[in-house]
Amino acid sequence: MVRVMARRRVRFTFPEQLITEPLIYNLGRKFEIVTNIRRANVQERVGWVVLELEGDEDEIERGLEWMIAAGVRVDPITGDLIEG
Amino acid sequence: MSNVKSLRCRECGSEYPVEPQYVCDFCFGPLEVCYDYDAVARDISRERITKGPLTMWRYHDLLPVDAEMALDMQTGFTPLVRAKNLGRLLGLNNLYIKNDSVNPTFSFKDRVVSVASAKALEFEFDTLACASTGNLAGSVSAHGAKAGMNTMVFFPSDLERGKILGAGIYGATLVAVDGTYDQVNRLCSELADNHRWAFVNINMRPFYSEGSKTLAYEVAEQLGWRAPDAVVVPGASGSLFTKIWKGLNELKDLSLIETAHTKMHIAQAEGCSPIVTAYDEDTPHVRPVTPDTIAKSLAIGNPADGFYSIKTIENSGGSAVAAPEEEVVEGIQLLAETEGIFTETAGGVVISGLRKLAKSGKIQPDDLTVAYITGNGLKTQEVVEPVVDPVFTTPAYEDFMTNMAARKERNGASHG
Repeated sequence: MVRVMARRRVRFTFPEQLITEPLIYNLGRKFEIVTNIRRANVQERVGWVVLELEGDEDEIERGLEWMIAAGVRVDPITGDLIEG
Repeated sequence: MSNVKSLRCRECGSEYPVEPQYVCDFCFGPLEVCYDYDAVARDISRERITKGPLTMWRYHDLLPVDAEMALDMQTGFTPLVRAKNLGRLLGLNNLYIKNDSVNPTFSFKDRVVSVASAKALEFEFDTLACASTGNLAGSVSAHGAKAGMNTMVFFPSDLERGKILGAGIYGATLVAVDGTYDQVNRLCSELADNHRWAFVNINMRPFYSEGSKTLAYEVAEQLGWRAPDAVVVPGASGSLFTKIWKGLNELKDLSLIETAHTKMHIAQAEGCSPIVTAYDEDTPHVRPVTPDTIAKSLAIGNPADGFYSIKTIENSGGSAVAAPEEEVVEGIQLLAETEGIFTETAGGVVISGLRKLAKSGKIQPDDLTVAYITGNGLKTQEVVEPVVDPVFTTPAYEDFMTNMAARKERNGASHG
């Protein structure tokens, strides 16, 4: 079976209560996804990370769903694209 | 030839050739157009600009498009109106309204889309695309029609039908996506990466956003080549706000105006005010929110230029102000009743924000102030329906007199 490898660039925003959780580490452990951080800012009350995910398309989707369920906001790195 | 030198990452400064690329390969930061200002300085002058067409293209030296390729729909050079009546009410003696609601598709988006679509033609794209719930859709569709391109407009399928009429009429392919805003966002991001389409605010974004600078140039020229003391700009992605600041500074650096001393104030609706929140909390990091606002054209919960908007406020000594939701319609009414200009909800946010800024003293009575009105009221008629209240009468003269008297009495009572 040929596996389609995909890359996805995303921005995670962590709410205050999740800042100290090792969620990106767990994302790479629970799913077959390579995480590659490019830019980040973590402060007392909020944190964000811009990163690239590499893996099977479906696996990335599942991984992102898991992050969202954990309470992390997942956005395109470009910000909102739908404009008024 | 345009004076563009390269694309440069706003975060790490990496430079790239002029191509339809929008993020830095290294740090994923946004790319911005970089000009050869020495070349610009050799050509540009007030006289040269004044002799140009009465459209935004009179500033083509500072736009990232070859002049011959400009897609001219007569966008721009919109009225700058001295607003004495509104100024008197708000205690502002030098108030102007930049009425950008009279562009070809009735919003300022024509400026950015003109640049993006011209650039798309230069890059030999045959499809113009966007994700939009209103103004942007209309503008992209009209420009696509004029340019002879295929046009694709994406929106969430639960959008009111009326909102997309203004795009469909130009022959665009309308794609109603059965999903949330976030899902439409993600789909379009993937489409832009995998198809050779010119998504105006994705892969064309570095060029697209430059079109907003013309709103700074025009105001400065219309004021007799000077920067205003204060401006109020509606805030969605924050792009318009940061580009007006960039435009003023370019004029100053090219000695076309003396100073760029303008205090930049951004106005958002309370129900979607992530930039105002960051400003109030004194952090440059804008936390995304889920929009819940009457001002749909400003409903961007995760603003691409949020961080840079906060920097613009800091650099200019301006501020961010939130208009309470219940005051948006009031703002629309106030502008209509004092200056005869009918704006959409974003304009209501600006006027309501302006009132707050004047009251708090952040804008002083004698400051030369410009409020940017970026969209037309006919686009959001539904929000003002409750405040429009005709007098009903039969065709009989007596009936008319009685009904008018009743209305006057009611108005008198309500005003008392």
